[in-house]
Amino acid sequence: MGRWLDFESNPWGQEVLQGVSLELMYLAIGLAVLFVAGHWFWYRSRGFSEHEEPADVQGSVAGLPERIVRHTLPSRIFHWTMAASMLVLLITAFVPLLGLEFAWVTIHWIAGAVLILTIIYHVIHSIVWQDFWSMMSMGAKDFREGLGHFRHLLSSKSPEPEKPGKYPFDHRMYHWGIVVTSLAAIVTGVFMTLRIKTPFWEPNAYYPLVDQAVSGLNELGEPAITLQPGAATGLVFVLHGIAGVLLILMVASHIYFAIRPDKRWFTWSMIRGWIDREHYLAHFDPDKWSVGDGTIQENPPGGAIADSTVSAPRVDD
Amino acid sequence: MAIIRDMIPAFELVQPTTVEDALAAMARYGEGGWVLAGGLDSYDWFKDRIKRPEAVIDLGGINELKGISNGQDGLEIGAMTTLTEIVRHERVRSEYILLADAAEHVATPQIRNQGTLGGNISQDTRCWYYRSGWACYRAGGNTCYAAAPQAMNREHAIMGTSRCVAVSPSDTAPALVALDAKMIVRGRRSSKVHDAEDFFIGPATDITRMTVLESGDLLTQINIPGEWANAHFYYEKVRDRGSWDFQLVSVAAAFKTSGNTIDEARIVVNGVAPFPVRLDAVERLVTGVTADEALATEAGEIAIQGSRPLKYNEYKEPMMRNLVRRAVRSVA
Repeated sequence: MGRWLDFESNPWGQEVLQGVSLELMYLAIGLAVLFVAGHWFWYRSRGFSEHEEPADVQGSVAGLPERIVRHTLPSRIFHWTMAASMLVLLITAFVPLLGLEFAWVTIHWIAGAVLILTIIYHVIHSIVWQDFWSMMSMGAKDFREGLGHFRHLLSSKSPEPEKPGKYPFDHRMYHWGIVVTSLAAIVTGVFMTLRIKTPFWEPNAYYPLVDQAVSGLNELGEPAITLQPGAATGLVFVLHGIAGVLLILMVASHIYFAIRPDKRWFTWSMIRGWIDREHYLAHFDPDKWSVGDGTIQENPPGGAIADSTVSAPRVDD
Repeated sequence: MAIIRDMIPAFELVQPTTVEDALAAMARYGEGGWVLAGGLDSYDWFKDRIKRPEAVIDLGGINELKGISNGQDGLEIGAMTTLTEIVRHERVRSEYILLADAAEHVATPQIRNQGTLGGNISQDTRCWYYRSGWACYRAGGNTCYAAAPQAMNREHAIMGTSRCVAVSPSDTAPALVALDAKMIVRGRRSSKVHDAEDFFIGPATDITRMTVLESGDLLTQINIPGEWANAHFYYEKVRDRGSWDFQLVSVAAAFKTSGNTIDEARIVVNGVAPFPVRLDAVERLVTGVTADEALATEAGEIAIQGSRPLKYNEYKEPMMRNLVRRAVRSVA
C-alpha cells in the first residue's frame, strides 16, 4: 500500500493519508502503453485486417437511406467539448508532474467546470431527447452478447456473434467506466476546488463538509465516525488521484481505438454524424437499432429530433 | 514548534573544488544530496531534523563560483560571492547601489560575511508551519496550515498564492529582478540562462519549490546587465526589528529618468507573495509621466489591486501601497 499511497504525519503526530504516489501515474502510463502496443501486436499476429473490409451486405437496403444518422450535432458538440476538457484536465494534472512545469491550477479547475457543464447538458439531453437507457442498460443478454464477441475475437472457430443494437456491448461498458470514473473525479475535484482561489468563493482548506460527508453525522449532528484530522481530505485526494490515473488508461485506450484504421468509421461518425448504409447493415442488427422506414433524409439535419428517430428502444430491454 | 538540537544527524560530506565535480556529486546522490552554500538556511533544517540529507555537497571550495568581475555587459557575480563582498564592491556601490542596499539589509554583518548571493536567492521560505515539519502542500502534503481561519499568518502572502501562502524571504531577489539580472544555471548536460523574473516560481507552477532549480541544477552565476547601471534606484525594507529580521514587505525599484520624468521603470515588491512581484501595471502607469505626489499615490493604489489578505496580514496592503508610493515619489 505504501508504495502507491502517500502518508505524512499530521500536527498531532498521526500518520495520515495524503494522496496517491507519483508511481501510480507512471504505472498507469506504462499500462496504457503496454495495452496499446500489446493490442496492436496481437491484432497483427492474428492476421486481422488493419483496414475495414468492404461490407458484405446481406440485408435488404430497401427503405434505408444511404447515410444513417448516428450522432446528432448536439451530441457531437457535447462529445468533443467533453473530450477537449478531459484532455486539458489530464494534461494539466500530469504533464507538470512529468517535468514540463507551468501554472496549471487555474486552467485545471476551469476545464473541470467546463466538464461539469457538458455532463449536465449531456444528462439533460439524453434524458429528454434521446433514448437514455440505450447506452446505460446492462442485462444478462448484454453480457452474453459481449462474451460472444470476445470469444469470436479470440477464436475464429467460435460462432459469429449476434449483431448489436446502436451501442455495442464494449461501447456501453466503456461508457459506464467513464461515467463512474468521471463522476468520482468530479465530486472529489469540487471538494478540492473549494480550497483554491476562484472568482466564486474564498478558498478554505478546512471544510467540515468533507469530514461530514465521509464520516456521516450522528443524531447530535457530530461526525458519526471519528477520523484522524486530515484523513477525510486525504481520502478525497486519493479518490481524485485514482480516478485520474484510471482516466489516463481509459482515454489512452479510447484514442487508440478511435484512430485504428478498422474503427475509424466510428470516429468519422462522431465528426460527420452519420455512418453509411453498408456499415450499418454489416455491424448492427436493424431489429435492435431501427432507423425507421426511410423517412431519414440523405443529409439529415442536426438536432435532437433526428437523433430520436434513430434511437428506438432496444428490443431486448 | 520544532526543537532545535545541537547535533546535526550524520551525513556524507562532499567538498568539490570544481563545478563539474559538484555536478557529478549532485547527480550521484540525486534527491539525497543537499547543496550547501553559506549554510545559514541549511543548518536550521538539519538541526530541526526536518531535512535529513544523505550527503551534503559543500560549494565553499569552488573558487570559480566566487567573486565579482566585469563582464562584457555589466557585472558577473559568482553565486558563492558573500553578501559582504557585494555590499563593499566599488562598482556595485557606484553603478548598482540598489543591489548593495538590498544585500546590506540582509540579517547581520556576521551573517552577511558567511551568506552568499546564490544562497540568499535560493533559500527556502520561512513559513513556520512548513519549517516545523508539518506535512503542508509545500512539504508534499495536501493542506496549507497557514491559510486556516485561525492560523498565524501575519507574515504570509496577500497575492500570488495558489493553495500555499508562504512568501519569498530573500532581500536581494527583488533588487535582482529590478536590475533585470540573468541567472546562469548549470546542469550536467547543459547550461541555461533565466531572467531573474522567471527564476522565482510560484506555487501555481510548483508548490514544492520557490525557484526553477531542480535536483541536479546548480546556480553558478548572476549577471547584472549594464542597461540599468546608474539608474535612479529606490530600496526599502520594512521589518519588525530594524537590527535583524526578514522583511515584512520590501520594494526595489529602478527608474530611467529625464529630470522628473520617468522614461522606464522596473518596480518589484517582495514579502507579499511566494515570489518577488514585478508591478507591471504600476510600471505602465509611471512610464513617460512626470513623477509627483499624485502619480505616486495612484501608483500605490494600483500596486495593491488584486491583493487578498489573510486573517492577520491585512496591514501588508497599506504597507505595500506606501512603499510603492515612496519609490515613485523618490523620482520627483
